[in-house]
Amino acid sequence: MFMFEKAIAGSRRYWTWLFGLLCVTAAGFISYLYQLNVGLGVTGMSRDVSWGLYIAQFTFFVGVAASAVMVVLPYYLHDYKQFGRITILGEFLAISAVIMCCLFIFVDLGQPMRVLNIILYPTPWSLMFWDMISLSGYLVLNVIITLVMLTAEREEVPAPGWIKPVILLSIPWAVSIHTVTAFLYSGLPGRAFWLTAILAPRFLASAFASGPALLILFCLVLRRLTGFDAGQKAIEKLAVIVTYATIINIFFILVEAFTVLYGRIPGDVQHLEYLYWGLDGNYHLVPWMWLSISLGVAALILLLVPAWRTSPSLLPVACVFVFLSLWLDKGLGLIVGGFVPSPLEAVTQYTPTLPEWSIVMGIWAIGALLITVFYKIALSVREELGELAGVQHSIVPEAESHQAAPSIVSTRMQQAD
Amino acid sequence: MKITRKDFLRLSGLSFLAAGTLEAARAVAGSDSSAQNSPGKPSAQPVRWGMVVDVQKCRKDQGCDACIGACNSAHNVPHLADPKHEVKWIWTEPFENVFPFEQSEYAQQTDAGIPIPLMCNHCASPPCVHVCPTQATWKRDDGIVMMDWHRCIGCRYCMAACPYGSRSFNWVDPRPAIAHINPDFPTRTKGVVEKCNFCEERLAQGLRPACVEACPEKALVFGNLADPNSEPRQLLRKRFAVQREPELGTGPSIYYLV
Repeated sequence: MFMFEKAIAGSRRYWTWLFGLLCVTAAGFISYLYQLNVGLGVTGMSRDVSWGLYIAQFTFFVGVAASAVMVVLPYYLHDYKQFGRITILGEFLAISAVIMCCLFIFVDLGQPMRVLNIILYPTPWSLMFWDMISLSGYLVLNVIITLVMLTAEREEVPAPGWIKPVILLSIPWAVSIHTVTAFLYSGLPGRAFWLTAILAPRFLASAFASGPALLILFCLVLRRLTGFDAGQKAIEKLAVIVTYATIINIFFILVEAFTVLYGRIPGDVQHLEYLYWGLDGNYHLVPWMWLSISLGVAALILLLVPAWRTSPSLLPVACVFVFLSLWLDKGLGLIVGGFVPSPLEAVTQYTPTLPEWSIVMGIWAIGALLITVFYKIALSVREELGELAGVQHSIVPEAESHQAAPSIVSTRMQQAD
Repeated sequence: MKITRKDFLRLSGLSFLAAGTLEAARAVAGSDSSAQNSPGKPSAQPVRWGMVVDVQKCRKDQGCDACIGACNSAHNVPHLADPKHEVKWIWTEPFENVFPFEQSEYAQQTDAGIPIPLMCNHCASPPCVHVCPTQATWKRDDGIVMMDWHRCIGCRYCMAACPYGSRSFNWVDPRPAIAHINPDFPTRTKGVVEKCNFCEERLAQGLRPACVEACPEKALVFGNLADPNSEPRQLLRKRFAVQREPELGTGPSIYYLV
């Protein structure tokens, strides 16, 4: 298989990590068999809260997948050379995240063996149909792009010219996957919490904060564990992107909060009340939502001060805060908050069960496994080319890089133009 | 413009392909529409089934659940102990939860707690039908919103879309929770969504819905809303009626005389 041989030659540490992930995956799989046998009743979901952790995780990871555009766009549209070494990491992150999304949808289905009915009875007026199109299209685009680019890199030949339009197409496509995902919710007449035009922009802002934050963490881990250095400039630029996206996301949240709270329409206020103050004696999400806000604000402070943002010890803290804050906001509050109170004013508590967590962690483990293997392949290819020491074109000092040959790819792109 | 032999062959091939696709599409569309047509009378008159619930008549019988019992046994609706897993076709909720902004604060003492019978509203523009990714739920020409339990993939998008909480999901296998299985009506499997079907199986035999027949007070009035002389239309002319959340534009077919 394509460059797969790179993934099966690794250190003891590499294999231990993979084995650990496989164990978590196996536990998740066993839990899934249990769910398949008994029904979705083994989860904490109910008649009133009919979507839970699975769909929330799906939503969150669509954002992570879309965020690859934050490295692809500066590199290909603005010729920002510093991202030359990490675009492939962003694209691999997108592939892993999209696969996780598909799995989260799959485990949420009551009748998974009928999943092909979505294709057998295509229904263009259902947003779920378009979500399937946009997600699978995004997966295919990124698989093609990474395959072609990595092959070219390994063979030390220029990438074929036709790949450039494919890469350019992947940019609006990334925006589309998260927009369509937001439309799944924001077009439902009876759910006031989701019925807001800011939902799609908010999804994008939070995605462009959480995804690059995760990518920074990956780069830092890779720098420590392998010889791979993403380049200080690239990491700092990513941190700036995270900062802007966090600011915009918080702004969007405040805009929404103002409209709801100042407007004071009871049906709209109730959902925020439930999440942030508790409703009818039910407070179980309140601490988590305030934790999300606190982490978000703390991260923002860390990111806003340039000395802290570039500090090697504080930047990872800020990134972890951003990621956790948005995970709580989008991966928990967003879905549950839309269902409580129900159309009949019922406040139903939703607590994910052990099998449910086990399945979710199994899918995370699959995502981590994919990322590990993909990054291993990408780094091994570069290791062979002797580039880990930092001789790759894209990290030549800025002054030089203006005239000197940039990366193989962009040289080839210019020729193709 | 000069057409080479190669071009001609390519063009004719494409034309055949296009014609074939069109034919196939037509065949598919034809089979679909025939499946969706309501059974029974090919009436020239438009039909839109609807119901009027006389809340005042129903209130007299607090504790009466004849309509619920009749529906549950006719449709093999399971009785599950865990309220989180409940399956409900017709059920009651307190007045103030059903019509939260319908009453003045001074009316509470008389109206509060009155059970209001609820069921699928069989909307004129049903949000559940709009979102279903497999067309497992659809609207018939006579206004009934139907479910295909063999096509439903259990994604529960319809449950998120329904503004009335009318849909139930089979979180567990419902069959052990059915006291007496009615062999004339299908049972469901776990993992699919279900809801009130306006007794379309009884309408096809010229019967009225089970809940309507069972009501000792005649508080449920069923009929053709498209017919100005039908029983529900006569009631709606005479008395003040409300629908649930009419401002959403879904056009519910269930009216409440309050």
